[in-house]
Amino acid sequence: MKPHTIHFKLNGEKVALAVEPNDVLLDVLRGGLGIKSPKVGCDRGDCGTCTVLMNGKSIRSCLALAVEADGTEIVTLEGANSRKCTRKLQAKFHEKNAFQCGYCAPGIILSATELLEKKSKPATHDIKEAIAGNLCRCTGYEPIVEAIAEAAKGK
Amino acid sequence: MDLQKLITKTKKTVKSAKAEENLDVIGKSVLRVDGWEKIKGAAKYTDDLEFGPALLFAAVVESPYAHARIKSIDISKAEKMHGVVKVVTGRSFTHKFGLYMTDRYVFATDTVRFVGEQVAAVVATDAKTALRAAALVEVKYEELPVVLDPVKALGKKSTLVHPDLKSYRHVPWFFPQPGTNIAHWRKTRKGDLAKGFKEADLVMEDTYYVPRYAHCAIEPHSVIGLMDDSGRLTMWTSSQSPFTQRNVFAQALEPFGISHKDVRVISTYIGGGFGGKAGVSMEIIGAALAMAVPGRPIKVLWNRAQEFYNTYQRQGVTAKVKMGAKKDGRITALDFQLYWDAGAYVEYGANVVNAAGLSASGPYKVDNLRIDSMCIYTNLPPGGPYRGFGYSEFLFGLESHITRMANKLGMDQVAFRKKNAIKEGDILPYGAHMNPNGIREAIEKVEKEIKWGVKEKSKNPKKAIGKALVCFWKSPAMPPNASSSAFLKFNEDASINILVSGMEIGQGLLTVMAQIASEVLSVPVAKIRVETPDTDRNPYEWQTVGSHVTWGCGNAVKRAALEAREKIFDLVQRVHCLDKSTLYLEDEKVKCRTRPDFELRLRDFVINGIQAEDHTFKGGPIMGSGMFMPEFTSAIGDPETGQGGHPNVHYTTGSAGIILEVDRETGKMKIKKAVLAVDCGKAINPDLVRGQIVGGLMQGFATVLYEDMRFSDKGKLLNANFSDYKIPTSMDMPDAVVPIIIEVAQPDGPYGARGVGEHTMIPAAPLIANAIEDALGVRIKSMPVTKEKVALAVKAMKK
Repeated sequence: MKPHTIHFKLNGEKVALAVEPNDVLLDVLRGGLGIKSPKVGCDRGDCGTCTVLMNGKSIRSCLALAVEADGTEIVTLEGANSRKCTRKLQAKFHEKNAFQCGYCAPGIILSATELLEKKSKPATHDIKEAIAGNLCRCTGYEPIVEAIAEAAKGK
Repeated sequence: MDLQKLITKTKKTVKSAKAEENLDVIGKSVLRVDGWEKIKGAAKYTDDLEFGPALLFAAVVESPYAHARIKSIDISKAEKMHGVVKVVTGRSFTHKFGLYMTDRYVFATDTVRFVGEQVAAVVATDAKTALRAAALVEVKYEELPVVLDPVKALGKKSTLVHPDLKSYRHVPWFFPQPGTNIAHWRKTRKGDLAKGFKEADLVMEDTYYVPRYAHCAIEPHSVIGLMDDSGRLTMWTSSQSPFTQRNVFAQALEPFGISHKDVRVISTYIGGGFGGKAGVSMEIIGAALAMAVPGRPIKVLWNRAQEFYNTYQRQGVTAKVKMGAKKDGRITALDFQLYWDAGAYVEYGANVVNAAGLSASGPYKVDNLRIDSMCIYTNLPPGGPYRGFGYSEFLFGLESHITRMANKLGMDQVAFRKKNAIKEGDILPYGAHMNPNGIREAIEKVEKEIKWGVKEKSKNPKKAIGKALVCFWKSPAMPPNASSSAFLKFNEDASINILVSGMEIGQGLLTVMAQIASEVLSVPVAKIRVETPDTDRNPYEWQTVGSHVTWGCGNAVKRAALEAREKIFDLVQRVHCLDKSTLYLEDEKVKCRTRPDFELRLRDFVINGIQAEDHTFKGGPIMGSGMFMPEFTSAIGDPETGQGGHPNVHYTTGSAGIILEVDRETGKMKIKKAVLAVDCGKAINPDLVRGQIVGGLMQGFATVLYEDMRFSDKGKLLNANFSDYKIPTSMDMPDAVVPIIIEVAQPDGPYGARGVGEHTMIPAAPLIANAIEDALGVRIKSMPVTKEKVALAVKAMKK
């Protein structure tokens, strides 16, 4: 197979690299680019731990081919860490002890960031739906949903 | 320990606990010390570690059969593939291993015993090549009859899964029955069973069925092994048990002349464990491959399907309960037969069976009982530890049965439970005495919270509301000499590093250890760093399982902190001529009760010592070490009765309640309110305890409402992914979960604390089954209690 050279913006910086046509975006981010916040969980889009933002929309990077990133803007938690909305969420997550093992945290924080950037006053149902594609086995979701709700209210 | 001694000891502890009432940090919901690392995405998990371009990748060749003889393995095609470094088979590793019983090989040698079992592995320069080459390994099999049902496996004519059982080494508290499929038979006998049934006004007998379950930690297992050129083996593992892994690796690799000091296990944060990352499962492959290809690091990363079928699964059980009770509700006899589907290898799972066999009475005083807990080999994936460790499984049958007994006697089921609930000093099934506990308080608080006795009606006539209240208990299942240890060292600014090998698996161990040291040394938690272990640097911890580390490792950290404090006081006494009994620590300073003007900042001397009048320096870096091992336990009792030993350190007890709304036609359920009260002795960090309650209950509800492991009639797991094996999402949250903390001090716990992590998932299944009966009058006796089963049962009842 012939490698393709792809160009995209990763966390605000321009990236150019050669990938195989069947390379998965998650593997390229974690491997060659050393971006470790998106995690490997199920490799089939079920668990959401590989969530990244592509052109502002959350996607499962385990289901995206690396070539699909060509010409896009990709943001992982490493990049979102400086966003106002993400930081507001993180402060609440910390205050609420919202995560336990922390493995799902990067994905959930990105899903929540996407929600709050689109909808500043989400209903509880919106919050639950926004993170419904991110599995968490530790917390029972309650402190996570609470933290997002409080971050939205600016409490 | 006899009863009198225990009571005396308890009274003393209550007194000393009062003296400790002025606590600054213990009992406060300090924020997690690992919080920011995880929330910022900076926390590193095993697969996040970088090993550079020399890193090799492995793929495993798996058995397609549940039971077959390996006739031949042809690796020639795979070996020739470009990028393949080595193909390894069981021929290179002929030594058996196991935690409690050595019944496993690294790779199947002559027989495969479950679908997915590793037969060989390919090591290659990249993961894709390794996978492609693994598909080229040709294995010829001769199929053997498959054993799938534990009860049928007991038949005289059943195929034997392990014909060589007799030769397997095992711990002295296991009783294998060679020539059968019984790997271990725990018998517990107390009182006079026949007399107990004779006395009873009601005797009821039934069978309950619990299937297998998967842990579903979101992080899959991963391991990187490196045998360097100096003969040193380093293993980076996603593990709850770095020291136990080191021990098992050393055991499995004994023929290679490896000593414990040559094996180093490093465990970073782990993305959920729930028991699935205890002991050694797939990690053994990483160790073996490192031996086979020395000089380069090799990574084995499990995919989600392998995570389901080749780690540990929670064992299934067929439980036959026969119970007798008087009209007033007193239980007079309990005969409990537990037939465990333990899978192909039981090196760890047999201890789950053992734990249940010692404690299947539940938190009730039962004078006449017989428990048979049988660990039965089947050709299904290996069973092993899962949060709850056998207690969730037996409790489904026991608490379902108790509700039915009470109802049949025409007695309030909560009153029935109160009547029999165990008290401090009561004699346990194996003869030792029950520890102090708050089970009655727990029942009363739950009862109030769910308004027990008040029948509720749904606004929607198509729906019914049912309530339930059950009790639970659990003890850590540990070897009698399982121990913990800790080092604590000061830095120049009086900040502290604590070294332990208890694992942060999400429960908050690092935070709680920091709180304990903070309390003793008056150094704020923010100035204390506790990190995940490296067996070369950190002191010994048996494993982070059994909800015992707050208690065990916490005791070790407390002792280490006390030792450091003692060194500080000794030094100050020596240099400043102050009686050390008058010294105390406050705000990171040494102060003196008799000389209010005296204070010495810790940061001024904990590394560089105190300057004396002659300008010399006294002291030096302050360190503390602490160890803890329960010295009153013994696993040795009479094999026929279980009497005589003291296998369990203590029990954590509690009660849970539910208000459940259910659709009369479709069976669809909605949890309106779930309540769980647990006696954790002392909540060192109440927020973290509440986190365990809310998360654990959800994991429990998942086993009864959603999850269901399906196998084909050839033993192949059919739903090894999250699309077909559903775990809850945020859309499945109960309307309300009410966590309640009860604190009846554990005499030998740090500040009175005892474990709480596993207990929170144990009561979930009978809660649902009992609430369904309360709402609709149908009894579901097999898990999961899905809406489909409920709807069908309602339909059958109407006919």
